[in-house]
Amino acid sequence: MPDTLTPVLTDNWGDDRAWTLAAYTERGGYGALDKAFAMDPAAVIETVKESGLRGRGGAGFPTGMKWGFIPQDNPRPKYLVVNADESEPGTCKDIPLMMASPHTLVEGVIISSYAIRANKAFIYIRGEVLHVVRRVQRAVQEAYLAGHLGKDIHGSGYDLDVVVHAGAGAYICGEETALLEGLEGRRGQPRLRPPFPAVAGLYASPTVINNVESIASVPSIVANGHGWFASMGTEKSKGFGIFSLSGHVRRPGQYEAPLGITLRTLIDLAGGMREGHELKFWTPGGSSTPLLTAEHLDIPLDFEGVGAAGSMLGTRALQIFDDTTCVVRATLRWTEFYKHESCGKCTPCREGTWWLVQVLSALEKGQGSESDLDLLLDQCDNILGRSFCALADGAVSPITSSIQYFRDEYVAHLTEGGCPFDPARSTAWAGQEVLA
Amino acid sequence: MTTVPEKTDLVTLTIDGVQLSVPKDTLVIRAAEQVGVQVPRFCDHPLLAPVGACRQCLVDVPDAGNGRGFPKPQASCTLPVAEGMVVNTQATSPVADKAQQGIMEFLLINHPLDCPVCDKGGECPLQNQAMSNGRADSRFSARGGVKRTYPKPINISAQVLLDRERCVLCARCTRFSEQIAGDPFIALVERGALQQVGIYEREPFESYFSGNTIQICPVGALTSADYRFRSRPFDLVSTPSVAEHDACGSAIRIDHRRGKVMRRLAGNDPEVNEEWITDKDRFGFHYATEPDRLTYPQIREDGELRPASWPEAFAVAARGLSEAGGTGVLTGGRVTAEDAYAYSKFARVALGTNDIDFRSRPHSAEEAAFLAAEVVLRRTVTYADLESASTVVLAGLEPEDEAGMIFLRLRKAAGRAGSGGGTRVVSIAPYASRGLAKMHGQLVRTAPGDEAAALAALVAQGEFGIDKTAVILVGERLATVPGALSAAAGLAARTGARLAWVPRRAGDRGAVEAGCLPNLLPGGRPVADAGARVDVGADWGVDVPETPGRDADGIIAALGSGELGGVVVGGVDPDDTTDPAATRAALEAASFVVALELRETDVTRAADVVFPVAPVSDKAGTFVTWEGRPRPFEAVFSSPSSLPDLRILAGIAEELSALGVGRPLGFRTVAEARAEMEEMGPWDGERAVLGGSETALRPSSTTEEAGAGAPSSTTEGHFALATWKLMIDNGSLQDGDKAYRATGRAPVARLSPTAYDAHGPTVTLTGDRGSVTLPAEPAELDDDVVWVPANSFGNGVLADLASPGSRVTIAKGADQ
Amino acid sequence: MTLSEETLVELKEIAARYPEPRSGLLPMLHLVQSVEGRITPEGIEACAEILGITAADVSGVATFYTMYKRRPVGDYHVGVCTNTLCAVMGGDAIFERLQDHLGVGNDETTDDAPGLRSITLEHVECNAACDYAPVMMANWEFMDNMTPESAVQLVDDLRAGNEVRSTRGPRIVTWREAERVLAGFPDDLADDGPAAGPASLVGLGIARERGWTAPHPETDSGSGRTADTKQEAVEQADTARAETETKQEDSDA
Repeated sequence: MPDTLTPVLTDNWGDDRAWTLAAYTERGGYGALDKAFAMDPAAVIETVKESGLRGRGGAGFPTGMKWGFIPQDNPRPKYLVVNADESEPGTCKDIPLMMASPHTLVEGVIISSYAIRANKAFIYIRGEVLHVVRRVQRAVQEAYLAGHLGKDIHGSGYDLDVVVHAGAGAYICGEETALLEGLEGRRGQPRLRPPFPAVAGLYASPTVINNVESIASVPSIVANGHGWFASMGTEKSKGFGIFSLSGHVRRPGQYEAPLGITLRTLIDLAGGMREGHELKFWTPGGSSTPLLTAEHLDIPLDFEGVGAAGSMLGTRALQIFDDTTCVVRATLRWTEFYKHESCGKCTPCREGTWWLVQVLSALEKGQGSESDLDLLLDQCDNILGRSFCALADGAVSPITSSIQYFRDEYVAHLTEGGCPFDPARSTAWAGQEVLA
Repeated sequence: MTTVPEKTDLVTLTIDGVQLSVPKDTLVIRAAEQVGVQVPRFCDHPLLAPVGACRQCLVDVPDAGNGRGFPKPQASCTLPVAEGMVVNTQATSPVADKAQQGIMEFLLINHPLDCPVCDKGGECPLQNQAMSNGRADSRFSARGGVKRTYPKPINISAQVLLDRERCVLCARCTRFSEQIAGDPFIALVERGALQQVGIYEREPFESYFSGNTIQICPVGALTSADYRFRSRPFDLVSTPSVAEHDACGSAIRIDHRRGKVMRRLAGNDPEVNEEWITDKDRFGFHYATEPDRLTYPQIREDGELRPASWPEAFAVAARGLSEAGGTGVLTGGRVTAEDAYAYSKFARVALGTNDIDFRSRPHSAEEAAFLAAEVVLRRTVTYADLESASTVVLAGLEPEDEAGMIFLRLRKAAGRAGSGGGTRVVSIAPYASRGLAKMHGQLVRTAPGDEAAALAALVAQGEFGIDKTAVILVGERLATVPGALSAAAGLAARTGARLAWVPRRAGDRGAVEAGCLPNLLPGGRPVADAGARVDVGADWGVDVPETPGRDADGIIAALGSGELGGVVVGGVDPDDTTDPAATRAALEAASFVVALELRETDVTRAADVVFPVAPVSDKAGTFVTWEGRPRPFEAVFSSPSSLPDLRILAGIAEELSALGVGRPLGFRTVAEARAEMEEMGPWDGERAVLGGSETALRPSSTTEEAGAGAPSSTTEGHFALATWKLMIDNGSLQDGDKAYRATGRAPVARLSPTAYDAHGPTVTLTGDRGSVTLPAEPAELDDDVVWVPANSFGNGVLADLASPGSRVTIAKGADQ
Repeated sequence: MTLSEETLVELKEIAARYPEPRSGLLPMLHLVQSVEGRITPEGIEACAEILGITAADVSGVATFYTMYKRRPVGDYHVGVCTNTLCAVMGGDAIFERLQDHLGVGNDETTDDAPGLRSITLEHVECNAACDYAPVMMANWEFMDNMTPESAVQLVDDLRAGNEVRSTRGPRIVTWREAERVLAGFPDDLADDGPAAGPASLVGLGIARERGWTAPHPETDSGSGRTADTKQEAVEQADTARAETETKQEDSDA
């Protein structure tokens, strides 16, 4: 039984100048690279398959299997693209990882590219995180100078070039095909699939797109063995993951633990909820995953456990809201976010989010009638699974789940003619000022 | 023993309980059409790549063919059929029906309720499908929903207007402009609910094919300045027709009301124009209603033209021609095949001459010989062949400007290069035009005059892969380059490549077939072949003159020298001819001129008798495409104010016959002419051979001086003049729609970067016929070549500058 | 105003980083902003020219991504996260306070005033720092755990030209300098600031405190029970919404 917390990716974040090559190497960094080069690329894929690593970007597709889809008989160049567009509300794990230990990512990129036989890799970082871009740019530069990138890496005969690419503000580019569009210099609108990126991705060539945390996990798997990785986590959700606690807990932050840990444990580690308040609702994996409540404190936070509770593990972005928070306000704000970020390509998302915001704003102001809740649910039904990509599915998650758990609170807005909550009470500084 | 049926690529599936088999890769939305189910759709268009954006076509798929269903409705426009698949559409599935109604509701929340003033109302897919697949009431409006609003229409070009409120963002227009036309001057801009179609402010949507976006817009978001607010669809009568602006033979639909054309749309003919037409074909119809349109016959009396009755005009024309001495016939290239046949017969039967030529533009004896030997009766290349050809060589032809549908086909053919099967386009031209880039083509940079050598050299250039899977398309402009057409024929003969001649005008090929040439009789019968003459003479009841005729330049020269006295001119603009000044002088010199024209021109002003001819909307006829494909069409209107050329010629011939000259034509109607042409049929004897003596034209003392297409200039210029006509230019058939013309390309002179640096940015070109000053643009031309558009300034290059291929001087232009 | 020759060279340099030049468009537009202070018609035309695409296409891209600005941006771009979590934790109050304090609305820039730098204020979406809520961004550098008071101090310092340091990064450079880094021309500030802020380290701190670690690597014993088939993988994957993997199975079959 592994320990409650299992720092692997976060293990060096507290080191002095952890982001530098020197610090990373000091801890044995880039050692996994030689181990990988000693293996056949196919064997690296096999190791990752065997480890049970599932995509850390939300969907949880087995990483090794994704790599295995790359048709090696395709004469076109293969590409690895790292999805570092971390933008899902609540998700805040890849950014600190790249800030603190960009070399973990770079080493992962090299091993992963080697495995799929790519000679060119791209790290697509959202543009709004300047210092992270700097750190990754620097790490790549250092890796080149140290011979970890470029021609004939470590004398293996393997060549790899890495380009750090900054995005420019579009949540949708977290969707892998929209990201490819952005990387090709186009509007970030998702592509029709098939063909899948594994067959025709970047420049219509076989392409693997993986989340930062997935790629960053690879060096440890190669270094320590797939069995080591699989010894953590649950039956179908292997390994460790970074759990990001935010909101109304005493010590929000990053907690790296085997998959399957519960929110109760995590909140305990975080010192509990704010003084005098109770957990009201939370997102297990970002705002696109249906809300859960205190009744779900003990579900195992793995793909299966959260799924069984009617939500999704997603990115383990645990946004914690206490009883001072108005769920209608929270839901409206998320819905405004999805409206703002809808790419515009398909009707239900583009028009549906436009309308949802109008209905929700009225409700939040206490206008409308209870039948509007049924209208909302029917709109959501007409959006869910009807849109081109998963963005709109995410958009309806907070609405349907909040109505499911907090219908009375919606009704209260109507009966009271407005929001019954005082937003000041939920702020980070609430209680610290003198209340009138 | 029964034979095992061949394994086919058919896939069997069940849609709404009906089992059907369709070819593999068929999309469910189209398979459904085969069982009679129209799944509603907006973004889907059969000629555009599937996009799955509007989501209107959702269907329920309980079994994807693998025993498992999709948990949610699927877009049928992006879902290929699979063996054993089960699909339930809105016809049988409440899930699909609700899904579709949900999408429709979303589409309508931001759509204005301005159907009563919208041009699309009555033929609007959104309106229609909202009725068939939408809710009766609006839950959005009922709750006081706030619609997205924009300022009403904005011009995205002089011609095309965009009403963003009406747009449902199906992206058909942007996909058309990118995928089909290759002119992505419109693009989706902004994001989310504010996404809209837009242009870059300084770069309007100036595409030769822009009108197609209006036609495929499934709502009233795109309208034309030309048709906006002009009519309601349900008040229109539609008549199918064929476009008269080029040799492509595009199917069009003419929508008219009370005797006036309101608009023209692309017809759907997969073998020819698919569903597209050029803007010229769409908007170029106002010429027929211009104020200078001729509406009654006129005769010259005391030096002035005066109105006359038809019988009087026939009689006066006949008398004049009978007294004029030798008479030539110039038909122009815009006549229908039936009219061309009438001119051809008129020359031989009524005037007793072979002095007839349809080529009202620079031409050559070599070309006449080429047409007789390599073109007439040949149907060796089709549009479909362009798609399957390995290589298509273009010589003297700029398809985007001169044959829009060839351009679109070649672009489509070449665009498959990504999948490994694309057609390679190779152009022998002075520079790589934007059109060539859009066809992903390669340039064989060739100075004007060097085309023959360039063609001959292609054989040796293995990289172009000219073999029997290749096609060579030669444009009419090659006529002016000695040896070029022969070189093209030689290249085809040596390699087995198929050869086709692409003229610019709709009537050109029909005129070749009808024998409007000094060396050809109808049906490809060589004048020089006694058997052919007898064959025709027997049908016509005359002895066909044995003497080969004069070509157009020869006729002009003979009129000038007095060898010919009379001339019958149908639809010729002197400024199009080899030497406009000589043509005008010849008309002055002629003792008797009969003009058959639509509108007042320099020819009618010089004529002794003027007959108003019917525009193509007012008569039946046939155009023959560059492929040799007959494209018959019927009259849209019947108007008594003008007559088809053939009826006029019949009238004159009858009067001539009464005077004892020649014989009547024997037909008065298009139907009768068609029947006679049919009866005569094609020549089955030996065809003329290129370079053979039998194709020689009548030697004329003056033709050689006129140069018959050879460079006319002796000016000591440094620059060889390259030119062709832009699609949208000053051509008279494009008169009457200012918005259309404003979308044309501004005239510029193209020079090599070196020459540009020396002379730009404004240049004055001087040739033996005059000087013009134009803005200059650098392009990858030879340093001693300059390109200008042929008819985009003044009276055009031939009248105002010099003849193509001749040399001009360039001076730094005055700043203007 | 046309772009300088130097800028044109750099734009081409960006395009050349990629197997297909058009991939450079996003960073190229960042570079345009760094020299022009916004996306200008000249910048659009230069990108179109270099990449051989239409200006309409460039325009479509420039208007899709929110970091590209059509109106001139001030010396500093100040973002306040008002996505749900930050808004609830105080982002709304901070944003309101700053609007009042600066006298500008969303996506507006303070007037030029003698001796003061200008600021463009914008509410931004989740910037992946939720454990530091409420979060602000100054030229896209993290300003963690803000309050209305610290926010006012921040903008006052920026306006006065005082050096301001990111709570998890270097001193704040100007917006134009920041855009240049995003265009792929690094400055020398990568080594400034800490490796991680305090919230990033809480889990690690607890683990250290309690002696928790990941298991020690041993020789591979019993592999993870992973999906053996695509089918099973699909069932394991969280694909309730994205049906894509299901389709993958079909397409591969």
